[in-house]
Amino acid sequence: MNKRVTNWIALGALWAAALTTVGVLGTLLLYVIINGIGALSLRFVFSAPEGVRMEGGIWPTIVATVYVTGLAMLIVTPIAVFAAVYLAEYARQGRLVGTIRFAADTLASVPSIVMGLFGLALFVEALGLGFSMISGALALSFLMLPIVMRTTEEAIRSVPKYIRWGSYGLGATKWQTVRKVVLPAASPRIITGIILATGRAVGETAVVIFTMGTMINTPMLPLDPGRSMTVHLYILAMEGINLPAAYGTALLLVAMILGFNLLARFIVRRNRRMMG
Amino acid sequence: MAGSERDMRDAGPGAPGPREPGSGSGVLRQTARSQYLKESSLRALFLACASVAVMGVALIFLFVGLRGWAIFAKVGVVDFLFGSTWLPTEGEFGIWPLIFGSFAVTIGALLLGAPLAIGTAIFLSEVASPRVRSILRPAVELLAGIPSVIYGFFGLIVLRPIIADMSGGLGFGLVTGWLILAIMIVPTISAISEDALRSLSPGIREASYAMGATKWQTIYKVLVPAAKVGIIDAVILGMGRAIGETMAVLMVIGNAPVVPAGVSEPFSTLTTTIVLDMAYASGDHRTALFGMAIILFLISMVLVALVRSLSRFGKQVG
Amino acid sequence: MIESRLHGGAAHGSDEVEAADKLSVTDLDFYYGDFQALAGVTVGVKERATTAFIGPSGCGKSTFLRCFNRMNDLIPGTRLTGRITLDGEDIYAPGVDPVDLRRRVGMIFQQPNPFPMSIYDNVAYGPRLHGVKKKARLDDIVQQSLERANVWREVKDILGRGGLTLSGGQQQRLCIARVLAVRPDVLLMDEPCSAIDPTSVQKIEDLMAELESEITIVIVTHNMQQAARVSQFTAFFLQEETNEPAELVEYGRTAELFTSPEDKRTEDYITGRFG
Repeated sequence: MNKRVTNWIALGALWAAALTTVGVLGTLLLYVIINGIGALSLRFVFSAPEGVRMEGGIWPTIVATVYVTGLAMLIVTPIAVFAAVYLAEYARQGRLVGTIRFAADTLASVPSIVMGLFGLALFVEALGLGFSMISGALALSFLMLPIVMRTTEEAIRSVPKYIRWGSYGLGATKWQTVRKVVLPAASPRIITGIILATGRAVGETAVVIFTMGTMINTPMLPLDPGRSMTVHLYILAMEGINLPAAYGTALLLVAMILGFNLLARFIVRRNRRMMG
Repeated sequence: MAGSERDMRDAGPGAPGPREPGSGSGVLRQTARSQYLKESSLRALFLACASVAVMGVALIFLFVGLRGWAIFAKVGVVDFLFGSTWLPTEGEFGIWPLIFGSFAVTIGALLLGAPLAIGTAIFLSEVASPRVRSILRPAVELLAGIPSVIYGFFGLIVLRPIIADMSGGLGFGLVTGWLILAIMIVPTISAISEDALRSLSPGIREASYAMGATKWQTIYKVLVPAAKVGIIDAVILGMGRAIGETMAVLMVIGNAPVVPAGVSEPFSTLTTTIVLDMAYASGDHRTALFGMAIILFLISMVLVALVRSLSRFGKQVG
Repeated sequence: MIESRLHGGAAHGSDEVEAADKLSVTDLDFYYGDFQALAGVTVGVKERATTAFIGPSGCGKSTFLRCFNRMNDLIPGTRLTGRITLDGEDIYAPGVDPVDLRRRVGMIFQQPNPFPMSIYDNVAYGPRLHGVKKKARLDDIVQQSLERANVWREVKDILGRGGLTLSGGQQQRLCIARVLAVRPDVLLMDEPCSAIDPTSVQKIEDLMAELESEITIVIVTHNMQQAARVSQFTAFFLQEETNEPAELVEYGRTAELFTSPEDKRTEDYITGRFG
């Protein structure tokens, strides 16, 4: 009997651990939603902050966030996908591949503040791009690179080798096989990886604060500076001014992240149905 | 019996230009030069893209290092790392209080967060029904996606006042940092631990049940030991995440560059000091901040190397 | 090592004038890294006929098959010595394009492997690769190939549907159509019926019979009844000891090999005494 009692207690503890984790998530989301919903209005989304208390809206920060992450996505996607194609299809295991993987793992674990200082030193100062969308996007793309590389490589590797053989067997070259069969078959998972990486970039603060600055500005050109939503939230919260705007910003951020997650999930699910 | 030995490698690139199928038999074609060039230049392009990751690490090392190394030369490695006074405006560049702060908040967060995360991972992998799992797992993944500034905001507005009531201070300090950071590292540790558990062969579970073990006995006598390397990896990577975390910690620890007298006293970490001081630092002060970034970078690199050598070790044993 | 008795493909016990050898193998050794998988294989494959490779599983017959279109090139660390010719030309000669070779020597795999795209696009894949662009021409090729593969009636109204939505047997016939669309001279079939339902097996054997007059077929199978039904020539492979290379034990007309094998080991195998 003793054995069974221990079993029940232990399983109860595991239930508790999982429910705690999820409970915290639920509390966090509920808190942000309940407090933020009151601040939301068309004016809040589509107008600029005014005055010292940042009354009005947060439109410029939304534009800056979408701008910089969109740009980063455009920069990182071809590089990361080609890199993954190399690792999964072309490379033979060896020192070179080992080095590339170690570098990618390192890049994935570089603290974002270090990435921020790196962006400041290289893009903002050494290359003279200043606090700008392009500096921010370049720094963010280094952050996104290992994530997209890994998910793409896994996606490519999950395409059965039989399918590749079918293509080679018809007289296709390696690149024809990769481009016409392997990448299309892997594309839902690749897109999912890109979306999740972009979601991470949207939530990033320490990188963008040092590469695109904190100036409230609606960016038009890649060389324009701007303040991201995360930086805006940080400043509002730390200075304790206009808490309702902070809640509203937090809610919009969470909504964007949630949106990215649901989109990724939707793509995976739809694909699973289609592939049978 | 002619037969020269040939090394057979990749199919090798090359297909000649368009040909209508069905043109029947004929001589075997040689690999066309244009096609060969096309395939090998594509290969070179892909290799170049893969090298961007290596280049990125090198550039970070170079540019952060270039800006920061001078502080080690000027202050001396030992005085920089273990000096107890951080008064950069007066030329005192001892970052010991910051290193202490970084490790203190990280270790506490690990002690709280790792059991929670490993428990969650075991639950998802071994206990939860597929239905429960299909709800909880996305939730844990979502937790990983929440921006750290939101965690910080929540900690600042909700958690801090509660801690303040209990401790009598302002609520900025280690306890608040531990709680927030513990939650933030749960998804990292849990995801990797769960992968490790799920990659175990189903056979060992059945073998254990067949000997009359309960579920819990199977978990802690068979499964957790078998997935040990993966779980340790997970904790190390969680540690990396915690030590590098910036915004969430920044918003709840009060930021005073001293070794705190108690668990609800303000303190600073390497990351938070960089963010706060960077806004106005110049000269040696700025160099010192980059020097701290070098240290953070090295720590994260060491942790990655540790994980890699561990998994290599794990492969040899298991 | 036992010398294979027959060189250059002369079948035993037959006075008829044989067709020319489409494929001819001389003294082939094959290695995976340090492991030698095949030793001293010498055999010929007759043009416009079906040849079956039989033998216990793991005896290297699939490996051997994959030498004919150089698919083994895709596996790092493989190596061969000896000579294989297609219409008298060495397919491993320096400079020969394996990609072009694979168009002339098509292959069907054990596992049906349609691409994750529509039925139409699956069949049009090969012709498109090789430069056919006109819609009308592609339509013709697709229909013709599906008809020859004995699957047209089942899919003609659903050409836009994903190839993976078909049943296993239909998928395999789709793959055959896909290969026929590039009009190969030789069709290699690597246990094409081992993963599909019996009705489809019948349909595939029917289409093989129809194709026989125009195409050279080599089929690997461990189903001896199937080998007896579909082939005119049979080669029996055997790996006698683990870690030893496999070799060709006996080759001849199917009818004769199955009724009066010359080698004791062949007799043991076809009467089910081992394997």
